[in-house]
Amino acid sequence: MKILAFAEQRDGKFKKSAFEATQAAAGVAAKLNAELITVVVGNSLDGILSDLGKYGANKIIAIQDPHLERYSTTAYAKVIAETAQKEGATILFFSASQMGKDLAPRIAAKLNAGLASDCTAIRIEGSEVIATRPVYAGKALIEIKINSPVKIFALRSNVFTATPRDGAQVSIDNVKPELTDGDFTSKVIDVKVAEGRPDVTEANIIVSGGRGMKGPEHFQQIEKLADILGGAVGASRAVVDAGWRPHDEQVGQTGKTVSPTLYIACGISGAIQHIAGMSSSKFIVAINKDKDAPIFQIADYGIAGDLFEILPPLTEEFKKLLGK
Amino acid sequence: MKCIVCVNHVPDTEAKIKVGADGKYIDKAGINHILNPYDEFATEAILQLKEKNGGETLAITLGGDSHKETLRKALAMGVDKAILLKDDSVRDSLSVAKALAEELKKHTPDFILFGKQSIDYYNEQIPGMVAEILGLPSVTAVVKLTVEDKKVICHREIEGGQEIVETTYPVVISAHKGLNEPRYPSLKGIMASKTKPITEIQPIAVAPVVETITMFKAQSKQAGKIVGTDAAAVPELVRLLHEEAKVI
Repeated sequence: MKILAFAEQRDGKFKKSAFEATQAAAGVAAKLNAELITVVVGNSLDGILSDLGKYGANKIIAIQDPHLERYSTTAYAKVIAETAQKEGATILFFSASQMGKDLAPRIAAKLNAGLASDCTAIRIEGSEVIATRPVYAGKALIEIKINSPVKIFALRSNVFTATPRDGAQVSIDNVKPELTDGDFTSKVIDVKVAEGRPDVTEANIIVSGGRGMKGPEHFQQIEKLADILGGAVGASRAVVDAGWRPHDEQVGQTGKTVSPTLYIACGISGAIQHIAGMSSSKFIVAINKDKDAPIFQIADYGIAGDLFEILPPLTEEFKKLLGK
Repeated sequence: MKCIVCVNHVPDTEAKIKVGADGKYIDKAGINHILNPYDEFATEAILQLKEKNGGETLAITLGGDSHKETLRKALAMGVDKAILLKDDSVRDSLSVAKALAEELKKHTPDFILFGKQSIDYYNEQIPGMVAEILGLPSVTAVVKLTVEDKKVICHREIEGGQEIVETTYPVVISAHKGLNEPRYPSLKGIMASKTKPITEIQPIAVAPVVETITMFKAQSKQAGKIVGTDAAAVPELVRLLHEEAKVI
């Protein structure tokens, strides 16, 4: 039996979620006594490939071509699906990143495979892979299995561990893909990167603000605290809808679902839609002047006070602690 | 230009979720259903495409009779016609995608819009699957859409930025928040929606391959410690995060 892990890279660097997917796939391969093949797609990646060995990869298939330097949904889906078929891989792992979520459904349709999206846990029962995934924005969870010959799992970012170990020897198989213009019916022509802070879905720490911030100008305080902690800025739906913050910061049922190590909620009451998006955070801190706000029901630590009095000294205190 | 939006009928974001007696799906009793919020952006997008380029718009959904409510909402927003692929069977994303693709290809659409995801199962699978089955390009999580002649430029959201994707139509696009401001149905639109046609069609049967074993409620976290009520609590909070939680 063969298991395939897709290790995503952007700009010649692996995403942390690529290591998470590789390590999770290696764990499943060990339990099922299967061979793991880790697939990388891009261009000029020779220098980074062996990094995957630290996360359990031993056989790497590197599909490299100048035309694959930038992401193309159609071309990437084609070369990955063809590799899975050629190798006879029956279980495929992706990370549920923006690239993984874009690719996996097309590959599932090509291979007539069932797909489990955004899995937060994987376990093996006999020879069966059972995935746990949140539904209704985390208000409930389901356990699912896939009954098609080829099965695909996409793993939520920031949930599975990626712990580097002393790298085993990796074998690298360089594959030159056969591609024509027709394989690039959609292609990325440019990438705009927001400078500075990490994305909420990838951040270890998120400092998030809600209506209690009273106005967009006060989010400077949130940004300052986030920057001291090396974290991301999050926002509730109310403040995004009010135009105070951009859409890509919205956490909750109609925004992003996040699982950081630390989530600091400032002036967020904790509407059910917001809690749905962040309750899987490992530690939650709430700062809100209403001591009865629902956010305190799920917070590990809270200060029931005026955030404008609390945020400046809190920022200073972290600064001291971190020696910044 | 022919533009189709595929919509879903989902529990309201306020809904309290209870696991049903079968232990696999939710108890739908008393739950209000709405047009999936992301599908509102998709619906608005096809209305704008028609306003600019002329042509016709169509909304399609797959599900039981109750899905007609959601089709009426799309019609009230201004979509011309609707199709209900009437089906109460258990399906997974691939079986829905196959049924949708079968219907979609009869209409030779230029643009097929979806919401980025349904806010019930969050699978984000069907747009890509439909595109693959139909042999069309797909762009997902789109926050900006521009059409110039045959060329389609989409901005799609990625972690910490945006990708600018070039493609051509016919194309499948999934709409993200930020793509547009969905219009509210006008009174005239609501009245008109009552007489617009909803055609019922039996979709092709496709057995699901993803099987739900069990559904359970997420364990709710225990309420923690209120450290204080003012700035005096700050040093203690930082100490707890550093020494007890060990997250800083």
